[in-house]
Amino acid sequence: MKFTLSWLLEHLETDKTCDEIVEKLSMIGLEVEGVEDRSKGLETFKVAEILTAERHPDADKLQLLKVFDGEKEYQVVCGAPNARAGLKGVFATSGSYIPGLDVTLKPTKIRGVDSQGMMMSEAEMNLSDSHDGIVDLPGDVEVGARAIDIMGLSDPIIEIAITPNRGDCAGVRGIARDLAATGFGTLKPINTDPVKGMYESPIKIHLHNPADGAKACPQFAGRYIRGVKNGPSPKWLQDKLLAVGLRPISALVDVTNYFSQGLCRPLHVFDADKLNGDVHVRLAKEGETLKALDEKEYTLDADMTVVCDDTTPHALGGIMGGEASGCQDDTTNVFLECALFDPIRTAMTGRKLDILSDARYRFERGVDEAGVVDMTEMATRLILELCGGEASDLVIAGEEPQWQRTITLRKARVKQLTGVDVPESDMVRILDVLGCKLEDKGDTFDVQPPSWRSDIELEACLVEEIIRVYGYEHIEEVSLVRETNLPGIAYTPMQIKRDISRRTLVSRGLSEAVTYAFLPEKQAKLFGWSDENLRLTNPISKDLEIMRPSLLPNLLAACQRNNDRGLPNGCLFEVGPQFDGDTADKQPVVVCGVRTGQTGPRNWAQAPRRFDVFDAKADAMAVLEAAGAKVESLQVDPEGAPAHYHPGRSGALKLGPKNTLAYFGELHPGTLKKMGYKGIAVGFEIYLDAIPATKSKKTGALRPVLELSAFQSVERDFAFVVDRDVPAAKIIQSAKTADKKLISDVTIFDVYEGENVEAGKKSVAISITLQPTTDTLTDEQIQTVSDNVVASVAKNTGGELRG
Amino acid sequence: MENLDQIKTEVLEAVVAATDSKALDDIRVSALGKKGSITSLMKNMKDLTPEERKETGQKLNLIKDEVAQAIDARKTELADTELNARLMAEKIDVTLSVRPEHTGTVHPVSQTIDEAIAIFGEMGFSVAEGPNIEDDWRNFGALNIGPEHPARQDHDTFYLPREQDGNRMVLRTHTSPVQIRSMQEKGAPIRIICPGRTYRCDYDATHTPMFHQIEGLVIDEKTHFGHLKGCLIDFCKAYFGVDDLPVRFRPSYFPFTEPSAEVDIGCTRKDGEFKIGAGDDWLEILGCGMVHPKVLENCGIDSSKYQGFAFGMGIERIAMLKYGIPDLRTFYESDLRWLRHYGFKALDIPSMVGGLTR
Repeated sequence: MKFTLSWLLEHLETDKTCDEIVEKLSMIGLEVEGVEDRSKGLETFKVAEILTAERHPDADKLQLLKVFDGEKEYQVVCGAPNARAGLKGVFATSGSYIPGLDVTLKPTKIRGVDSQGMMMSEAEMNLSDSHDGIVDLPGDVEVGARAIDIMGLSDPIIEIAITPNRGDCAGVRGIARDLAATGFGTLKPINTDPVKGMYESPIKIHLHNPADGAKACPQFAGRYIRGVKNGPSPKWLQDKLLAVGLRPISALVDVTNYFSQGLCRPLHVFDADKLNGDVHVRLAKEGETLKALDEKEYTLDADMTVVCDDTTPHALGGIMGGEASGCQDDTTNVFLECALFDPIRTAMTGRKLDILSDARYRFERGVDEAGVVDMTEMATRLILELCGGEASDLVIAGEEPQWQRTITLRKARVKQLTGVDVPESDMVRILDVLGCKLEDKGDTFDVQPPSWRSDIELEACLVEEIIRVYGYEHIEEVSLVRETNLPGIAYTPMQIKRDISRRTLVSRGLSEAVTYAFLPEKQAKLFGWSDENLRLTNPISKDLEIMRPSLLPNLLAACQRNNDRGLPNGCLFEVGPQFDGDTADKQPVVVCGVRTGQTGPRNWAQAPRRFDVFDAKADAMAVLEAAGAKVESLQVDPEGAPAHYHPGRSGALKLGPKNTLAYFGELHPGTLKKMGYKGIAVGFEIYLDAIPATKSKKTGALRPVLELSAFQSVERDFAFVVDRDVPAAKIIQSAKTADKKLISDVTIFDVYEGENVEAGKKSVAISITLQPTTDTLTDEQIQTVSDNVVASVAKNTGGELRG
Repeated sequence: MENLDQIKTEVLEAVVAATDSKALDDIRVSALGKKGSITSLMKNMKDLTPEERKETGQKLNLIKDEVAQAIDARKTELADTELNARLMAEKIDVTLSVRPEHTGTVHPVSQTIDEAIAIFGEMGFSVAEGPNIEDDWRNFGALNIGPEHPARQDHDTFYLPREQDGNRMVLRTHTSPVQIRSMQEKGAPIRIICPGRTYRCDYDATHTPMFHQIEGLVIDEKTHFGHLKGCLIDFCKAYFGVDDLPVRFRPSYFPFTEPSAEVDIGCTRKDGEFKIGAGDDWLEILGCGMVHPKVLENCGIDSSKYQGFAFGMGIERIAMLKYGIPDLRTFYESDLRWLRHYGFKALDIPSMVGGLTR
C-alpha cells in the first residue's frame, strides 16, 4: 500500500514530521517497507521560462535559448525538439549536479556558443526514462519557484505492508485513523452530506442472491448521472495517482481509484448508455463469459458474482468491470456502483481467474460494511465537481449487514495478557479513536467495534488493539523462570539417538548433508516407491515430485555431482524422514549414508583402497552401538537387504527374525546405472526407532559388576576347511558353543581360498580365547576344549581341521 | 716400577684410542683379563718382599681401578657415539604428510538446531516432533486459518492426493502442527520447542521448497507478553553471542496469535559489511505472539484458564546471519566443499555450560 505524505495529511491533522510518522507506523503494525523522497538532489532546480528560442548559428538541430529563472537571464544551447519560447520548464545552472546523467554541469561552449546551464528532461531529473524532450510545465506556474514544489515532488511516498487482518488500512484514511489513535494528531472529518437528486434513476438495481449465498452482494447503492463530461482529471488527482503507481486514465476512472486508495472504497462507473435495462447482481451462469477491463476474456462459473444488465454480465462483482460498459472520453451518462461483496466469494473468484485487482484486494479483506450510502454521496459529489452533469436520486438495493456486535473486555485482562498496566483512560481513548463504542460496566467494558473492523472478534483482539497502539515498547521483558531448579533433558530419547548417530558418523569421516524430501518419479521407483498418495499434487517441478522412499538416491546424486566437480571419494550421510505412507506412523526418521570411491587420496605411507561392503557394515554397527543397540546380539542376514543392494554383497542387521535395525551393502550396479551414477558405492540405512529400549527402569545407569579373573587367559588358533558358502558367523557360533563358560572370545584372523585348498572350499582361521575364572588352565583342560571346538565346528559346518 | 707406570700409560692411551666396543673389550682383556698385563703383574707379586708387595700391591690396585674406570668411561662414550651414529642414520623426513585421516562435518542446520535447543533447554523447554506429511486441519484449521483465509495464500502449500472428510494431506508449511499435536496429547501446562523440516511451494534466490523452522510454545496460567519478550531477548543475545543486542518487538498479524509481533534485532550495514549488534538498522528475524484463544480451544485447552505464547523462526535464516552464509540454496546442494567450509566438527557439541559456539 502506497500513499504520499500530503495524501495522509488530507485525513490527519498533525504537527509530526515525516520521519516521526514513518517510525510510528512500523511500531503500530503498519510496517514501512520504504520511503521514497523524490525531491532528493532536485532541491536547487528552479522553474524557468524560455524567453526566446532561435536556431543555433552553426547547428541545425540545436537552438539558442534565452532563459529567465526569476532572477537572471541565461543563454542556453538546447537540443530538445520541444524547446520553444514561452515554455516553462526546469532549469539547472552551471555547477549543478544532474542526477540522471551523473555529471556536474560546467559552463561550456557548444559549437562556439556559450551555454550557461540546461533545461532538463524527466530522465535528467531521474524521474522517468522519458527522453521525449524537456519538462513542459503548465503555463500558469510561477517562474523562480522550486521545481520540486511545482511538480509535486516534495511529497514523500510511503509504502507500508498491510497484514491480512487490516483491510481498513488499504485506504489512506484508515492509516490516518491508526496514527490518530496513538496521539499523532486528529482525524479530519469528511463530508458525507447527501447530494440532492434531480430526477428518478432510469436504472433500477435488482439483487438475486441465492438462498445459500445471501452474502454474495448484501447491499448495492447506485446513482445515474447524466450529462457528464469525461476527460483527463485535474493535475492534483493525476499527481496523487501517479505518485502511488496508478496510471491516470480519465476523470471518471480516476475518481474510483482515488476512493479505492484514499478511503478503501472500491467503486465502479458504468457507461449507462452501454447498459441494456436495469442492473442485476446474480451468480454467473456456468460457462458465461466476460471481457474485463484488462482486455482479457474470462469464462465464469456458478460460484462467481456478476453485475449484469438485463441480458449480459458487465462486471465481476468486487473484482473488475467489463470492457463493454467501461467509461470512455465520450461517455456522457453514467451509472455509479457502490456495493458490498462477499469477501470469501471474491477471494475464490479472484484466485480461480487469477485476477489481482485493487478492488479484489480490498473486498477480500473486508470493506466498511456501513459506508455504502455515505461513500456514494461523496463519490457523486466529486464526479459532479470534476465532470459536471446532473445526479439522480439514490437507488439502494439490499440492506446494510448486521455488523454491530458487543464484546466484553475485562479491564484486568489487558494486564493479564500483556503484563502492562495500561491506564484506563488510555484504553478508552485508544478504542474510541479507533472507532469503537464503549460502555463502562465497572470491571468490564462493553465494546462495539466499528463497521470497518470485521477483524475484531474477541476480547483478545481488543487487548491487541490497546497494546499495539499503546506501544509494545512499554511491555517490560520478564525472563522465563523454569518450573524446576535445574534444567531437565530437552531432547526426546529418539533425538538423543539421532544426534549421537550424526556425531558418530561425522567422527568416522562422513559429512552430513541435508537434501530435499522429494525426488523424480524415476528415482523413486528404483528404491521401491509405488504409493500414489505420496505424489505431490503441485510439485515445483517433475524432479521434485515424489516423497522419497529412501534417502539413498539423493545422497548418490550428490556424490555424483561432487565427483563431476572433481571431488571423488565422497562420504555423505543424512538423518531425515523416509516416506512409506502419508500417515504419521509411516514417516520414520532414517540414518542413511553412502561411501564412494576410495578410502582417501594417494599417500606415500598408505595406499588407498576402494570402499567395500565392510565399510558400510562398520558404519552401521558403529551407529547402532552408539545409539544403544546390543550389537553383540545382532544377527546378519545376508539375504535380508532390499533390491537396491548388490544381492551377494549386502545384508540386514537384525535383532530376532522380524526386527530389522539396518541394511548395509554395496549398491546394486543396475540401480546405480539407472541413477546415472558412475562407479561403485556402498551404503547403509539405519532405522533408529527399531532399536529396543535397553535401559531397564530397575537398574537405571548401574553397570553389571565387573568380574576380573586373576588367572591368565590362553589363546589357541585353529584353521578349518569348510564349504565356500558356509558363513563365517556360523563357524564362530559353533566354536563358541563348544564351551560357553570358558571361551570368552572367538575371532577370525584369516580367510583363504586357492592353492592347497580344494576348489569350492575355503580355509577359515580362528583364534579362541579361553578365560578361566577359578584356576589356572591345565594342558589337559586346554586339550579338551580344543577337541570340543573342532568337534562342534565339524558337526555344525562340516568343517575339517586343516592339516 | 717404571714398568708399572709405563703399562698404565700404554693401557690408558689404548683405551682412549679405541674406536669401537670390540677394540675396547680387547684392551680390557689384554690388561685386566686372566692373562692381562696388569693381572700378570699382580700374579708376579708373590716374588716380592712383604714391604715391596705392600707398596706394589697398593700401586697396582690403584692402576687397576684407574684403568677399569677409563674403560667404563670410554665404553659409555663409544655407546653414545654409536647411538648417535645410528640415530643419524635413522633420520627421516618429518615434513612428509601424515597418513590420511578422515573426519566429516555436521551440517549447519543440525548444529543450529542443537544450539537453539541448548539455549531453550536451559529455560525449561523440551523438544517435540511430528510428521512432515500432515493433515490440513492440523496445519491450518486448528491454527485459526480457515479455508478462505487470506493467510493461506501466503503459505504456498504442497498438497498430496489423499483427502478425508474434506481434510487434505499437505506437507506442513510450518512446524505449528507439532504444537497442535502436543497440546492435543499433553494438554496444559506445556513448554515445548519444535524444530523440523517445513515445505512451501516456492523457489527463487531466497526461497527453497524445503527449509527448517524452530517454533516454541509456552502455555500455563500466568505467562504473558512480557515473558515472551524476555524469553526471545534472552535467546537472541545468547544465540548471537551479543550481550547488548538491541531487540525490538513490532505489532504484526498471525491468525494463530493475538496480540502478535515481529521481532527485529539491531544491525549495521556499513560499506557493504553486515554486522549484528547495536547499530543504526534493524533486521527482522522472527514472528511471535500470545496464543489465540481459538487455537487453545481447538486443542481442548480451556482458554479462560490458560494462556501463553508461541514463536517461530527460520533455522537457515539464523544460521546464515550468525555464520555469514550468503546463499540459502547452497544448504541443500551437498557440495563437499561447502559442507567442509560451513560444517562443524563431531565434538563441537553446543551447550550453555561448555560453550555454544567454538
